Amino acid sequence: MQSNWDTLWQHRDLFIAGLANTIVLFLLAAGMSFVLGCVLVYLLEGRDNPARRLLRLLMDLMRMLPFLIFIYLLYYGLPALGLRLQAWNAGLIGLTLYYGAYFAEVLRGARLVLPPGSLEAAYAHGYRRTKAFFRIVLPQLCMRTRGETGNLLIMCLKDTSFLLIITVAELTAAANTMSSQYFIGTEAFVVAIALYWLLGIAIESLIRWCRRFGRARGFEHD
Amino acid sequence: MTDTPAVSIHNLSKSFGGIEVLRDINLTVARGEVVSILGSSGSGKSTLLRCVNWLEQPDRGEVRIGGARMGVDEATGRPLSARALAAMRARTGMVFQNFNLWPHLTVLQNVMEVPVHVQGVARARARERALALLAKVGVADKAEQYPHTLSGGQKQRVAIARVLAIEPQVLLFDEPTSALDPERVGEVLAVMRELAEGGYTMMVVTHEMDFARAVSDQVVFLEQGKIIEQCAPEKFFTRPETERVRRFLELEG
Repeated sequence: MQSNWDTLWQHRDLFIAGLANTIVLFLLAAGMSFVLGCVLVYLLEGRDNPARRLLRLLMDLMRMLPFLIFIYLLYYGLPALGLRLQAWNAGLIGLTLYYGAYFAEVLRGARLVLPPGSLEAAYAHGYRRTKAFFRIVLPQLCMRTRGETGNLLIMCLKDTSFLLIITVAELTAAANTMSSQYFIGTEAFVVAIALYWLLGIAIESLIRWCRRFGRARGFEHD
Repeated sequence: MTDTPAVSIHNLSKSFGGIEVLRDINLTVARGEVVSILGSSGSGKSTLLRCVNWLEQPDRGEVRIGGARMGVDEATGRPLSARALAAMRARTGMVFQNFNLWPHLTVLQNVMEVPVHVQGVARARARERALALLAKVGVADKAEQYPHTLSGGQKQRVAIARVLAIEPQVLLFDEPTSALDPERVGEVLAVMRELAEGGYTMMVVTHEMDFARAVSDQVVFLEQGKIIEQCAPEKFFTRPETERVRRFLELEG
């Protein structure tokens, strides 16, 4: 008599492929959404005007949209407007836009409380806007938002599992297939959870390792 | 060109929210001259300094650095392009009350940052020069440390090295010792005195009367946004013309 675990082991390729998909989607989405967040905060630099108010409104609307509905619309809704995305691409775009808005908001929060002196010194020394932002302001914002960044990365990892509903063959989809085809849902999902935990622990370790940068510069304390 | 003043200020006025903080200021600073700007807090002296490098834009009047108009395109009368304004600002170097070092960079990186990333100086040359400047202000041994590990006096000396690295024509000091512990004031003033003796043109907003008296060539006293006395330090401190300055000198001891 074959146990459920044996059945799972026989179909390990499914899990490995799903895990690989999850990791690739997460890495790309995390990187691209972080860059998008940085660009958005840069665009918000300066005096408040209608364009910046609109941008903030769009960021808020994105953050307040349930992610599941958002990707559902990206994949199943956009074709009605003549734009048909492949499931994997729709998933990546969805994660990037969604977490881009979150990263922007986290960085914006840090920007609002950044002491103005270092930027003023940059201008007094002959800096122009763009270079002053990317060389003087942004590095400080990144070092001051380590904790929130770690949080967002873990949420981004977990939200890749929503891509199941638009047919992306990621880790949760692999577990779901085992559940529906071989009726071993419990074991399959336990394995999936274990793998998400491992990935999460890896992310958290990396974030903890980054602590040294802030500590050396006096942004964080023991 | 040596007779072109390092800084000339004509009919400068500036208001914040309807309150006039600078009223019709005229001031000329010759090359190599040290001008101390005195006055009680709120008299407009910091604003005056910040109008010189256009961190504040005056409402009226003009500022010239080495003859070139600050902030305004001479030909069109319009604001300078961002590029031209940045270049003009780099002709002046400002030292701030709160140092404003870049906390994410080491001391050495702070001093190399502008030469390498704005002025296009080769990294090796910028590094050599930065180390020399750090030695000049006496903090060479702190080169690899981050600013937060330094004392106030050390931070301010690093800030001075950072500003010297951009090779400005005029140094602007905005209350450079006001945020320091009393026992740290002397080390910063010593560096400033050395710069003055080295021929730098300096505008110094300060409450250090001994420094103003010993080092400056000219003392300017601001009261409610107007210059009410402007003379050599010897006359200012011994024979002031106004009752206001006499009272100020008594209070400052």
